[in-house]
Amino acid sequence: MIKILKQYWYFVLPVLLVILFLVNISLGSVRIPLSETLKVLSGITPQETIWTDIIIDFRLTKAFTCILAGGALALGGLLMQTLFRNPLAGPDVLGLSSGASLAVAIIVMTGGTGAALFSHSFTLALAASVGCTFIFLLVLAIAHRVRDNISLLIIGLMIGAATSSIVSVLQFISRAEDQQYYLVWTFGSLGSLNWGEIQILGVAVFIGIIISIISIKSLNAWLLGDNYATSLGIPLKKSRMLIIIGTSILTGSVTAFCGPIAFVGLAVPHLTRLLIDTTNHKTLIPAVVICGGVIMLFCDILTRMPGSDFVLPINAITALIGAPVVIWVILRSKKIRM
Amino acid sequence: MGGNILLSAKNLTVGYTDGIFQNILFENLNIDLRADELVCFMGPNGIGKSTLIRTLAGLHPPLDLTPACPARLPKSYGGQAGRPNPLSRGEGAIPTKISVVLTDRISAVNMTVEELVTYGRYPYLDWNIKLKKDDIEVIEKAVEFTHIQHLISKKLYELSDGQLQMAMIARALAQDTPVILLDEPTAHLDLNNRVEIMNLLRKLSRTENKAILVATHELDLALQTADLIWLATLDRKILTGIPEDLVLNGSFDEIFQFKGFDLKTGKVFHEAHRNMAVNLIGEGHEYLWTKNALERNGFVISDSGKPTITVCLTNTKTRWVISTSPETDFDSLKSLLKKLEKLS
Repeated sequence: MIKILKQYWYFVLPVLLVILFLVNISLGSVRIPLSETLKVLSGITPQETIWTDIIIDFRLTKAFTCILAGGALALGGLLMQTLFRNPLAGPDVLGLSSGASLAVAIIVMTGGTGAALFSHSFTLALAASVGCTFIFLLVLAIAHRVRDNISLLIIGLMIGAATSSIVSVLQFISRAEDQQYYLVWTFGSLGSLNWGEIQILGVAVFIGIIISIISIKSLNAWLLGDNYATSLGIPLKKSRMLIIIGTSILTGSVTAFCGPIAFVGLAVPHLTRLLIDTTNHKTLIPAVVICGGVIMLFCDILTRMPGSDFVLPINAITALIGAPVVIWVILRSKKIRM
Repeated sequence: MGGNILLSAKNLTVGYTDGIFQNILFENLNIDLRADELVCFMGPNGIGKSTLIRTLAGLHPPLDLTPACPARLPKSYGGQAGRPNPLSRGEGAIPTKISVVLTDRISAVNMTVEELVTYGRYPYLDWNIKLKKDDIEVIEKAVEFTHIQHLISKKLYELSDGQLQMAMIARALAQDTPVILLDEPTAHLDLNNRVEIMNLLRKLSRTENKAILVATHELDLALQTADLIWLATLDRKILTGIPEDLVLNGSFDEIFQFKGFDLKTGKVFHEAHRNMAVNLIGEGHEYLWTKNALERNGFVISDSGKPTITVCLTNTKTRWVISTSPETDFDSLKSLLKKLEKLS
């Protein structure tokens, strides 16, 4: 089974993606038969017209969000792991999600007026984007000054630590219901996007993927370290900037619309490497993007407890599934290898 | 000696700066690397060999390169007269001209040797990194030259240190550059691998007309293989010369300040602490190794010494006869030494 998967991943992974996509949209609190679901997808009016709305406006948006967010976070994680040559790097190491969290925390917890201000999820998305962009510019300015990537990694982690401590202070002084709102945001949410927002997310992810593809050569060269990469003619600063910009667009856009989603960015690249035994980014990039979509769809299916209206927060599931998987990967291969 | 100049630096100053303070390692160097030449770069630890190599490779910015006398590449090398070469910008390797083997460890140990060697072609490939027919030929040639055909599908973590070093050299070869700079390629290797690598580099300089610079601590190997020695001196200069000249004029002794090593005989100096001279008679390897054992244990070898030890060869077996009365003979140096210790 694993062998077949390894050999024909470029066939197996997309098929898996389609299957999980169909499973994902046929599950929900309202029971809709699969045949009717397929009817809606092919543009035929189903038995009950309300089903069209449910599938198009709720389930399809969510499934698409899963694929986009999963792919984007996984790709962001791959870029960071390669850039920092550190298997424990994820898309959040640059401090971007902490930046988003801080901005959202400020809006939610210092507004004082609570719900009135952010009844619109778009307000939160906007705040998160502003937070991401601010941290991104800060990281960019620092990246321009420091020569080596490890310093950058540490600076990113420090920015993250500093912002989370500000968030803690805000939590300490804010009202209980505002804290509750903030907490709900940090759980992550894949279902709140409308088609217009999905388009924006889609464009951002597309740009991120394009940037990754034109960086294939430098990403591969980064694996040898700064000195070798330079000696092979890779423009160090330029390619690093490009990779940082790409990661920021991918992570920032997802965090803005879906909240901080943990684990996917860290674990999916490792799962993919386990599946496809290569260090070549020409293969890794498409595989990681598809694998990210697959994992996110799978996690989202698990959040919906079958037969109940209860939906678990996505972050609970990603971490719950992810942590054991990463541990298993390490135990199996003795060592995380890049 | 040597062919065309492939790399030359004029008034090159090497070191580190933080904007205010400068730590100068080498000052106003005028150095050339020529085709067909294997140069060994020697000097005590911490004198700046690695930094100079990285500076020459364009991986580290040189200090204080005044516009009037920039380091230049000869025209044939790709540099243009009157234009400072990319060296002076620091972050400016010339990937089709200089390849390097550094001491940096490769952290991505999950790649195969083939993938590693393929990196050598990167300067010639576009973003899509699709290998053309002649790229593959160059890679195959590099793999063949370094005798690592049997390793190409192995992962880096499966290799021994010596094999990994060979793969790194193959990668540099695949880059197909006239100049190759290597920073301690023989460190941590056993004698066999060290000799193999030095011989390989020497062969490379001869058959492929490359200029090869090797920073190394292997004094004995360097003296026997190098065409030219660069000796980093304590006054921030580089002394160049053929190995034998530098040995005989005492430059090595001055710079390394050998503690207990006599370069002219090529041996470690042993103190004759036993105050006892013995006379040794014999020939060939057996004589030399017996002498070695005696000297290492503090005996002086002298014609007037007593007793006399004779090394006898009978059918492939070696015996040592000692001229005490009565004559005793020994079948191993260990037992001979035991006896001598009693006498002393």
